[in-house]
Amino acid sequence: MNTTTLLQCTDVRKAFPKPDGAELLVLDGMNLDLHEGQIVGLLGRSGSGKSTLLRLIAGLAEPTAGEIMYLGHPIEGPAAGIAMVFQSFALFPWLTVFENVALGLEAQRLPRADIRKRSLAAIDLIGLDGFESAYPRELSGGMRQRVGFARALVVHPNILLMDEPFSALDVLTAENLRTDFLDLWSEGRMPIKGVILVTHNIEEAVLMCDRILVFGSNPGRILSEIKVSLRQPRNRLDPSFRELVERIYVEMTARPKGATGVRQERFPGLGIGSILPQVSTNLLQGLIEAVAAAPFNGKADLPEIASDLQMEIDELFPVAETLQLLRFAELEGGDLKLSEEGMAFAQADVDERKRIFMRHLLTYVPLAAHIRRVLDERASHSARKSRFIDELEDFMSEEEADKTLRAVVRWSRYAEAFAYDDENAMFSLENPT
Amino acid sequence: MPVAIEQGHYGRMKRFEPYVFLRGLATRWDVLAFIVVFGLIAFMAETSRGLFAPLSQLTTTPLSLDPRHLPEYAARTTFRMLAGLVLSLVFTLTYATWAAKSERAGKLLVPILDILQSVPIYGFLSVTVVFFLSLTPGRVLGAEFDSIFVIFTSQAWNMAFSFYQSLRTVPTELIEAAESFRLSPWMRFWQLEVPFGLPALIWNMMLSMSGGWFFVVASESISVGHTDIVLPGVGSYIALAIAQKNLGAIGWAILTMLIVILLYDQLLFRPLVAWVDRFRVEQEPGARVPASWALTMMRRSSLIHAATVAFHSAVLWTSRAVKRTDAVEAPSVVHTKRSFDLLWVSVLVIAVVLGLWRIGAVLIANTSVKEAGQVAGLAVLTMLRVFILIALASLIWVPIGVWIGMRPRAAQIAQPIAQFLAAFPANLLFPIAVYGIVTWKLNADIFLSPLMILGTQWYILFNVIAGASAIPTEMRYVTANLRVTGWLWWRKVALPAVLPFYVTGAITASGGSWNAAVIAELASWGKTQVQARGLGAYIAEATAAGDFHRIVLGIGTMSLFVVVINRLFWRPLYYYAERKYRLT
Repeated sequence: MNTTTLLQCTDVRKAFPKPDGAELLVLDGMNLDLHEGQIVGLLGRSGSGKSTLLRLIAGLAEPTAGEIMYLGHPIEGPAAGIAMVFQSFALFPWLTVFENVALGLEAQRLPRADIRKRSLAAIDLIGLDGFESAYPRELSGGMRQRVGFARALVVHPNILLMDEPFSALDVLTAENLRTDFLDLWSEGRMPIKGVILVTHNIEEAVLMCDRILVFGSNPGRILSEIKVSLRQPRNRLDPSFRELVERIYVEMTARPKGATGVRQERFPGLGIGSILPQVSTNLLQGLIEAVAAAPFNGKADLPEIASDLQMEIDELFPVAETLQLLRFAELEGGDLKLSEEGMAFAQADVDERKRIFMRHLLTYVPLAAHIRRVLDERASHSARKSRFIDELEDFMSEEEADKTLRAVVRWSRYAEAFAYDDENAMFSLENPT
Repeated sequence: MPVAIEQGHYGRMKRFEPYVFLRGLATRWDVLAFIVVFGLIAFMAETSRGLFAPLSQLTTTPLSLDPRHLPEYAARTTFRMLAGLVLSLVFTLTYATWAAKSERAGKLLVPILDILQSVPIYGFLSVTVVFFLSLTPGRVLGAEFDSIFVIFTSQAWNMAFSFYQSLRTVPTELIEAAESFRLSPWMRFWQLEVPFGLPALIWNMMLSMSGGWFFVVASESISVGHTDIVLPGVGSYIALAIAQKNLGAIGWAILTMLIVILLYDQLLFRPLVAWVDRFRVEQEPGARVPASWALTMMRRSSLIHAATVAFHSAVLWTSRAVKRTDAVEAPSVVHTKRSFDLLWVSVLVIAVVLGLWRIGAVLIANTSVKEAGQVAGLAVLTMLRVFILIALASLIWVPIGVWIGMRPRAAQIAQPIAQFLAAFPANLLFPIAVYGIVTWKLNADIFLSPLMILGTQWYILFNVIAGASAIPTEMRYVTANLRVTGWLWWRKVALPAVLPFYVTGAITASGGSWNAAVIAELASWGKTQVQARGLGAYIAEATAAGDFHRIVLGIGTMSLFVVVINRLFWRPLYYYAERKYRLT
C-alpha cells in the first residue's frame, strides 16, 4: 500500500570534524523511504549511526551532505509533523504527567481549552487515565514511557520516531508496551501515519516492523533491507518468524569483504592499528564454556545462545568477535563454532588456560605482540603507555587508542603476558611487589 | 541528619555545597548548641579583658610597601593558610569521628557544628586575639596563633560536617567486611573510614579555601582597642597601602595574590583531587579521571616514592602495634548505658547553666534593651542588603550561567575562571571601590553594599553553569523536538532544571555576604572612613573600640539572624528544590 511517501532520505552523509582536521565519518550513502502506514526498523549495533540518522530526521542535527525531504520539503530544524520518543523517557521531573504531555501544545500556543482536551485524550489513549496529576518519579518505568508516548502523540505528528523506546524497560513491561502500541497502531487509533523505530533487538524489529534496514558500522551504512510480510499479530514461535530472525543474524555476522587471501578481522583497522573492544576475560571464558557444553557441544546457533544467555546482540557480538580474533572460534552463517584450541581451552585447568590464552594473545593480537617485543628488547623491561598511545594515534582517535590499549591490558593481565601499572602509566615484565 | 555533600570529580561540573544542612526543624539540641557556643565566646571575651593592658608594647618590624618584599609576605600568608588547613584537618578527624561514633556526644556535637558554621568568622578574631596574645605575652607568636585560628574557623566546620557525613554512610558491606576480619578500630579508621571520607573531605577543603583567603588577609592587620597588630603578609601590606593611599601597591598585592592562589591550586589541590580519585567507592566507568601534572611528577619521582614507602610502612606499623579486636565480642554496652546517660545529662545541664550565666552576665549587665533593639534594627538593614544583593546577582548571573552551561565549550572555559574568582579574596579589591566612593563622594549605604557580594556572587554563577550543563541531552532534544522556545522554555525547562543548583549557590553566597558585611560595611581610605548603616559596621566598630560586650551582642545577633534565616528560608527552599526539581 505505497500511498504517500512521508519521508525520503537521499545519499545522506554525516561526518564530525576531528581535532586533527580530519573527519570522522559516522553515516554514509544513506537512502531511506518511509511510506504511509509503515513501520520501518533501523537495526544495528551501537555505533552504527542509526541514532544519528534519527536525529537528522528529527531536525536536531544537520547532514553533512545529501537531502532529507519530509512531505516534499527539505528538513530545516525540528519539523512540526515529526515527534520523538526517547530511550531514557526524558520526562521533566518537575512537571506532572498532564503538564509533561501538554508542553508541546503550549509551545504551539493553542487555546487553554484545546490543550486540556487534547492532552487528556492522549493520556486516555495511551492508558494513563488516573495518573494525570502524578509526577514522573512516582511512576514505574513502563508508565513513564507511556507518558513519553502520550507527549509525542499529543502534537498529532505524521511521523513518530522511536529511539530504542523499550530498551530501558524490563522484559515483561517492554512486551506489554509493544503489544499495546501495535494494537493501537493496527486499529488506526493513533494520529500517526508512519513510524521509524531504532533498535538493536532483532526480535523486536521482526515483531514490529514492515521493513528492516540492517546497519553496518565504520562508517554507518545500510547493509541490507529486509521486508517482513508476516501478518500482525506476529508470533515469536512461528517458524517463519524464527527463520527471519536467523536470517538477520546471518546478515549481521557476515564477514566484511576484504582483499582475497587476507584474513579480515571484524574490527576496523589492520595490524596494531585494529580498534579492539573492551571485553573481559570472564566473558570470553564464559562464552567458550557455554558453547563447549551441551546442548551446543562446540557449535551454537546465535539466536539460540543469545536467548539462552539472555544477551542482546550488543553484548554478545563483541565477545564472539573477540573469540574469533583470538582464533578460539569462528563466526559464520549465524553460528558460533569453537576451534580445536577453543575446545582445548574449555577442557583445560586454570594454569593451562592461561598458557593457551597467552599463546593466542601474542600470536593473533598484533598490538599485544608488539608491546611484549618492546618490553623484551629493552634493558629495563619497561615502557611508558604514552609510547604506544602515540603509535596507535596514527591509526585511530585518542579515545579509541586509549580504549584499545585498555582492552589489551585486560587480556595480557589475565594471560600474565606483561604487567601494567596504571598509576605510573608504565608497562613492564615485572610482577607486582 | 545533615545533607550529604556531593562527591565529584574536579574536572566535572558539579555543585559547590559548603553549607550543610541539618535535617528536621530546630531541636532542643540546636538551642543547646547555641548556648554552649556563645557561652564559650562570652567566657573568652570576659577572661581576656583583664589581660588586655600589658600588651601595648607589642611591636613588629615595620612593613614596607616595596613590591620586592611581596614574595616573602606572600609566603608568610600562605604558611598561615597551610597551618590553618592542617589544624582544620586534625579537628575534622577527631571531632567528626567523636560525633559519629558516640551517639550521645553526636546529639550535641552536630548541632554545635551547625551553629558554628553560621557564626560570622571575622567576629571571632576580635574576641580571640587578646586571648591568644595573652598566651604568649609580648610576642608575635600569639598574633600568629590568632590569625591561624581565624583561618581554622573559616575552614573547619564544613570539613568536619563532610567527614561526619562520610563516617555515617560507610557502606554496610564494607563495615561488615572490616568486622569479619576483626580489624582493630585504629586500623578500621585508617584503612576504611578515612579513605572512604577522603574524596568528600578534599572537596570541602577546596571550598574552605576561599573563605580562608578572605580571612587570612583580614586577620593580618587588626586593631583591637589601642593595640595594633601587624603580621607581615599580603593582608597587612594592603592595610598599609590603604593607610598610605597607595593604589600602585594595592595593584601589586592583587597580582601577588592571583599568583599565590594559582600556585596553591596547581601544587596542592589539583594533585590532591587527582590522587583522591582512587578512594572513590562508586565506580562510574566513563567518568573522566582528574589529572594533575604535579601529581604525575610526584608519582614519577623516586625520592618522593621512597618517602611515601617509608610513610606507608609507618602506617602499617601503627596498625600492627594496636591490638585487634577479640574474636568474640561481648555486648558490654547495655548495662552501663543508664549511668552514662545520667552523667552525660548532668554535664549538659551544667554546660547550659554556665552558658546562660555567662551570656547573661555579659549582656544584661552591660547592654540596655534599647541597644539590643538598635542592634536588631541594624541586623534587619544588613539582611535587606544581603537579600537585595542576592536578588540582583541572581538576575544577572542566572541567565548568563544558563547560557554558558548550555554550551559545553563556553562552560569549559568559564567554569574554572568562576571558581578561581570565588577563591580570590575579594577584600583585596575593596580599597579600589572605597577610593571611588571617597573621590566621588558617593552614598556609602548604597555603594559599599556591592562589596559584600563581590566575592560570593561567583558561587551563584558556577552553580548555575553546573546545573545547566547537567541537563541531559535527550531532554534538550525533547524541547527542540516539541519546539519549546522563549519564555516557555525558561519557565518550564531552564529555570526548574537549575533551581537546585541555584539554591545551593545562593545559600553559599548569602552566608558569605553576611560574613563579608563585617569588613565591607566599614571601610577606609587613608584617614577617611566610609560607613554603611548595618550590623557589620556595628561589629567592626565594636572591634576597633575593643568593646567586648558590644562584640558579643553583635556577633550573637548576627549568628541568630543567619541561623534563623537558614532554618526558615534557605533550608525549606533547599529541600523543596531537591525534592521537586532534582534531575536524576
